Amino acid sequence: MVPPPEEMLSAGYALEYTYTRSVGPAIGRFLTGLRERRIEGVVGSDGRVIVPPTGYDPQTGETLENFVEVGSAGVVTTWAWVSEPRSNQPLQHPFAWALIKLDGADTALLHAVDAGDESRMSTGMRVRARWREETTGHIRDLACFEPEAA
Amino acid sequence: MRDVAVVSFAQAPNVRNAGAMNEVEILMPVVAQALEKSTLTLQEIGFTCSGSSDYLAGAPFSFVMAIDAIGAWPPISESHVEMDGAWALYEAWVKIQHGAADSALVYSFGKSSPGQIRDVLALQLDPYYMAPLWPDSVSLAALQARALLESSAYGEKDLAEVAARSRRNAQSNPKAQLAGDFDLAALLAEPYLVSPLRKHDCPPITDGASAVVLAAGDLARRICERPAWIRGIDHRIEPHALGVRDLTRSPSTELAGEKAGAAQGPLDLAELHAPFTHQELILRDALGLKEGVEINPSGGALAANPVMAAGLARIGEAASRILSGSANRALAHATSGPCLQQNLVCVLEGE
Amino acid sequence: MENPVEEIQTPIRLDYQYTAGEATARFLRGLKQGRILGQRCPSCRNVIVPARGACARCGVATKEEVELPDVGTVTTFCVVHIPVPGSAVKPPFVCATIKLDGADIGLFHLVGGIPPDQVRAGMRVKAQWKPREEWDYTLENILYFTPMDEPDVELDDPRSSAHA
Repeated sequence: MVPPPEEMLSAGYALEYTYTRSVGPAIGRFLTGLRERRIEGVVGSDGRVIVPPTGYDPQTGETLENFVEVGSAGVVTTWAWVSEPRSNQPLQHPFAWALIKLDGADTALLHAVDAGDESRMSTGMRVRARWREETTGHIRDLACFEPEAA
Repeated sequence: MRDVAVVSFAQAPNVRNAGAMNEVEILMPVVAQALEKSTLTLQEIGFTCSGSSDYLAGAPFSFVMAIDAIGAWPPISESHVEMDGAWALYEAWVKIQHGAADSALVYSFGKSSPGQIRDVLALQLDPYYMAPLWPDSVSLAALQARALLESSAYGEKDLAEVAARSRRNAQSNPKAQLAGDFDLAALLAEPYLVSPLRKHDCPPITDGASAVVLAAGDLARRICERPAWIRGIDHRIEPHALGVRDLTRSPSTELAGEKAGAAQGPLDLAELHAPFTHQELILRDALGLKEGVEINPSGGALAANPVMAAGLARIGEAASRILSGSANRALAHATSGPCLQQNLVCVLEGE
Repeated sequence: MENPVEEIQTPIRLDYQYTAGEATARFLRGLKQGRILGQRCPSCRNVIVPARGACARCGVATKEEVELPDVGTVTTFCVVHIPVPGSAVKPPFVCATIKLDGADIGLFHLVGGIPPDQVRAGMRVKAQWKPREEWDYTLENILYFTPMDEPDVELDDPRSSAHA
């Protein structure tokens, strides 16, 4: 324990949980695809391709089962530049968070973009997936995205 | 529908670090003050409901310990939501509508100082696609801010104006954490925190607590000179995934405002729970607030953001102006989730 | 599809700097000096230990400090036969609620120095402190409570202590 200043007693501690989560059929399908370096979405009730897929339609709640493969590259719809990454985030040097609409998808996926410098980021730019060397069926099988022009 | 009113409101001083005080010690004087103003004792209160999150201070089941602050003996009728206290107020309002109680004590507390609030809030995200990436709360808000800035006439100066006005208003709020006169040009010369957001676009990190007493009909009239009647209250939620939403609008606020009857009369003021500057612009548009409606006379969440209590404080602050006679019709708003995912609107009126 | 992904590991870790609170800090500071400090409720007059700054029964702040002896009576107990992850205490061991003399609520601690099957409600016990040089801001300064050479006492009917 930390020796107290006159008024306060405090101690550092870490809260840790090792959750194992069941993923269900839709998320499981997506993660299984990632393991094979393939990105899949699901067709919603209005015909939109939702990526990453949800088990139920975001508008109507109906069960969705019509999975389709989409591209592993796409377009940045909005982004935010992080100059000081936090220790648990995908990249440990300055990077962008972005919502990315993959080719063939109608909704956007949240991930990190390794662009090197903020000046290389813009809405509408094309980015492609950078895969982790070993894929296990996890969102972090996508190490990050990178500018396609590079 | 039964007439239900806010009859009293109290809050703790909003501070960066309440230091030696634990949550019970922060909360206890606030609850005592709200009860005293209402003239009701805890045993006369029909229902008690609270809102908080254990992850803030990392103390499991801290809401159970918080019961120590109110004195639950003989046993009281009580409930808790792992949400902002505004949703606890909604539950209490429903309970009174059912006729199960004529009065309610609603309280909420948040001590963010022990933890890393930007990481803690990542745990409210879906645990499969988003939370494992640990996107922090400022970064997600920044995604929304850029989407708004690039698709509207708003610019970074409009964001800075929201910050400056909020903290100017906070000068008349003795409980506010961050108050003062700020020069727009100086604010805009500051570096980005997470681009396009600067530090002034973000809420302070706050320890705080709030309590509200609700009473129905004749009871409210008997114990309160000028009750702040809840004329409408509604909350709506949007899909969780950011990529399926239009982040530049707040359809859930539009709908909640409509259901709460926000536009059915002129508003004197609106207390909006907008932790980030651009979110105030989105909310103002969603609610169709006209020129002349005073926005966040308390300073809002940009002047003090006790997580889990900031939304309840908006209802309390709006009600206070009706209780004091300085306003006649006011709107209060609370939000929850990333990028304004869920929104509550409450319309309050004097007699 | 072969071996579809059915579950994932999503560990979380959050770091905190936790503060004890005013009353708890006083209690822990007392322990550092080998003292057990409670507080008396100004309303129901009950003596509460560990002090938490509030009377849970009355919902009022407690300020009046009361020093308690390190002797008391076991009011209830259980024998734990499963190991607790991260705990140095090995099963079987006895967890007990001990009402210190002069206190109105029980203190949760261990009973030791006696085979578990001989522990009784009503048994008089005394704190077995660690050596003074090891004392810190923790209730672990007391290793466990150990039987005294005194006859058992009658426990109050628990219903009679429920003050209205």
